[in-house]
Amino acid sequence: MSFIDRLDAIDRRWIFLMMACAVAIPIIVIGLTGARFPEVPGPTSTATFETIEALPEGAKVLFSFDFDPASAGELQPMANAFMRHLGQKKAKVYCQTLWASATPLIEETLKKCLLTQSPDLVYGVDYVNLGYQAGNEGVMKVISTDYKQSFPTDAKGTRTTAIPMMEGIENTSSFDLIMVVSAGYPGSKEWVQYVVSPTLGKGKPIQLVAGVTGVSAPQLVPYFPTQMQGMLAAIKGAAEYEYMVNEVIKAANPGKPLPPAYMEAQRRMAPQLFGHLLMVGLIIVGNTIFFVKRRQSRSGSAMKAAA
Amino acid sequence: MNQKKTWTIILVLAAVLLAIRSFTGPGMAKVFVEDQRFAFKQAGEKEVDGAMKPAFEAVAPGTEGAIEWTTESEVPPRAYYAAEAASPGQSAIHLSTSRTIGVWVAALLTLFIFSFLYRDNPLYKFAEATIVGVSAAYWGIVGFWDTLMPKLFGAIVPAIVTANFMPGLKEEYNFWILVPAALGIMLLCRLNRSVAAVSVIPLAFIVGTTSGLKFVSYVESDLLAQTASTMKPLLVAAPALATGAADGTANGLSLGLSIKQALIFVGVVSGLVYFFFSVEHKGIVGKTARVGIWYLMITFGAAFGFTVMGRIALFAARCEFIFDDWLWLIDPTEKRVVVEAAVASVNALLPVLPGVGL
Amino acid sequence: MSRQLAIIVTLVAGVLMVVSGFIKPTQGWGEDAAEWFNILAAMAFVLGAANLAKVHLSKISSRDAGWGFSAVTLLAFAVTLAVGLFKVGVNPMPAFPDVPMSGGKDAEGSAFWWVYTYVLSSITATMFSLLAFYVASAAFRAFRAKNTEATLLLVAAFIVLLGRTFAGVVLTGWIPADSDWAFLRFENLSTTIFEVFASAGNRAIIIGIALGVAATSLKIILGIDRSYMGSGD
Repeated sequence: MSFIDRLDAIDRRWIFLMMACAVAIPIIVIGLTGARFPEVPGPTSTATFETIEALPEGAKVLFSFDFDPASAGELQPMANAFMRHLGQKKAKVYCQTLWASATPLIEETLKKCLLTQSPDLVYGVDYVNLGYQAGNEGVMKVISTDYKQSFPTDAKGTRTTAIPMMEGIENTSSFDLIMVVSAGYPGSKEWVQYVVSPTLGKGKPIQLVAGVTGVSAPQLVPYFPTQMQGMLAAIKGAAEYEYMVNEVIKAANPGKPLPPAYMEAQRRMAPQLFGHLLMVGLIIVGNTIFFVKRRQSRSGSAMKAAA
Repeated sequence: MNQKKTWTIILVLAAVLLAIRSFTGPGMAKVFVEDQRFAFKQAGEKEVDGAMKPAFEAVAPGTEGAIEWTTESEVPPRAYYAAEAASPGQSAIHLSTSRTIGVWVAALLTLFIFSFLYRDNPLYKFAEATIVGVSAAYWGIVGFWDTLMPKLFGAIVPAIVTANFMPGLKEEYNFWILVPAALGIMLLCRLNRSVAAVSVIPLAFIVGTTSGLKFVSYVESDLLAQTASTMKPLLVAAPALATGAADGTANGLSLGLSIKQALIFVGVVSGLVYFFFSVEHKGIVGKTARVGIWYLMITFGAAFGFTVMGRIALFAARCEFIFDDWLWLIDPTEKRVVVEAAVASVNALLPVLPGVGL
Repeated sequence: MSRQLAIIVTLVAGVLMVVSGFIKPTQGWGEDAAEWFNILAAMAFVLGAANLAKVHLSKISSRDAGWGFSAVTLLAFAVTLAVGLFKVGVNPMPAFPDVPMSGGKDAEGSAFWWVYTYVLSSITATMFSLLAFYVASAAFRAFRAKNTEATLLLVAAFIVLLGRTFAGVVLTGWIPADSDWAFLRFENLSTTIFEVFASAGNRAIIIGIALGVAATSLKIILGIDRSYMGSGD
């Protein structure tokens, strides 16, 4: 058995081991050294940042957490950076979800990102967690015309009409911006279809920015920038946006060191780099095997034909 | 037999390493919490929706006749170390047994799932069976408390719901809710074969509603708006910033943006021609369709790249959990004093690995 | 009889959802129908949970292969259901301390929260992350430049993989960022592939799907497509 044949028949568990090392070793190294790669923000991340940056102080922002713990590794850094940015902008934050297993994620994000940054914020006045409602696009249909019908109480059970910051909220058009972090269905696509698109060409269209998984990013890019003003694509988008938000936080707090928790997405770019390099290497080796074997089989058939 | 021996050695080795890790330096996988006590006492009554309800005020914990409870909120281990340094033996911040066990459970379940990479095994199957049961119950409970309780039971028996479960909810009847209630019961009839036929009615309602919703939204958002986004002028003016126009107006053509718009137009049209199977793909149609295939291939290539990116990010997050939250090997968010912990761990191994140390 | 009624229900519900978006007086009806739909969606969760219990109970009672794992499933199901339904470890809402069950079902520290944080989150997140390994194996075995189309796919994937990390910056960083050739830098090529080619390709797919969904929805509403009722139609 030649080397090429042996390589071609390699047990897939060796490939698994290589992937494990490519990701795990940089995490340990980065975790111990604190090193980071520089980020150059791309157009979709910049557009997201600028849309939020253009919000006036006290802007009403609906933040939908449409993901679950399965995708939190990729999306939570985006949600965290979004929340910190909203805190910097002193926006009124209305959190909700259309995914059953996201309510604890909302609480955690509010606690770790908004309240640690601005501990004086008051629940129901500056931020609210409206929790989950079942129905996917059915909920979107209702909140497009009557928000409080679909969310009669917040996540804690307080009547929505009794929450001070809900005054003046009639439907999704009452918000200055809708922010969605989504992992699939229902998610950013449905927000574009059921909430944003009906308002296109009718007075003031709803503004929407989204943070999405790598899997769904290519499917959503056609909506940018007409139906979606900004998009963070995968962990790279999160790292770029996080970098821009951190610059804002640094400028607002001169001389104060940035907490390392604020660099969650940028930190993840190191394992990402080595994982990608391994993938590129595997593709190159796989194709080398393919071409060598094809040449061998062609020359073999040519010899047979000559014989 | 050989494989059994190998596994036993691996497991024993892992257990020994874990034991060493647990008892060196500050240990591992510990969760600390801070207690917060709440106490409330009735102070008269207040009018809610035309009815008098008891009003409560916060009082100092320990007040006679007060309703009291304690909540625990997680704090980073460094907060515990600081509290202990300031006041040894303090009890305000303490170890949470349930959460520490939780981290161990989460770590073991994570490893059980990863064990599938070697081969299918009972540990993986155990984790898989657990998640099936937990997920189903979780979704059922969330649907019950978040939607059915306020919207269904809260509208049919509001007095019971507000008195016992959701006192913040407005107490009002809505008998129209009996319609979805009836449909819901018909849906549950699917569980019994003898009456399962009636479940087709709620199913018809669900399918009809979804079809109506999707028809409008797909035409409006994906057909019309996307077509409008494509049918834009191919010659695009350069943004004012790029041309440096003194009056801030856009002027001049942008070659880059014009090429981009043209490429998008060509890609969409050729892609649609490829999907149009009513005409044989020959001649100009065939050539256009071929361009469409090239675009689609590049699209799928990009999708592959992004998918890889997403999956690696998820694995990286699990690695961080294992190394940071469980093993306390790294401390990227400075939850602990990691350098001391790492030094202590390596130094503890000195007798085993002579010459190595920090 | 029930099938004919079902066709009428589908027609009425479908038409109502369509017209409520355009005719103002019917908007309220549309909202109500959508709200009923949302309640039914929550009922479907309960149905799913009950169905799972039924299937696994029958597996255990008939001692099917792997019934032990069915028992694990049922135990996990029962424990989660019990702690969630009875809000074990949940404190009351501070505004209503006299109502013990007024607190949120998944308040931090409660049993339901514990199950979510340490069991559900860890298992689902790990299961999704397994795909990183399989995608690597697939890239090695199946990602071959066999023809022009496959080569295009491969090159696009290559550029995206390199351009979305610091590797792209290192490999093509020697091209000045403000030169006419800056578009050849990996990070810029990756952006172009994403915003131009993937955008165009996906837009063609989106428009195609929209036409398909519109046609299928109409067929369902008008009773031409009755496949949702099961076999026989």
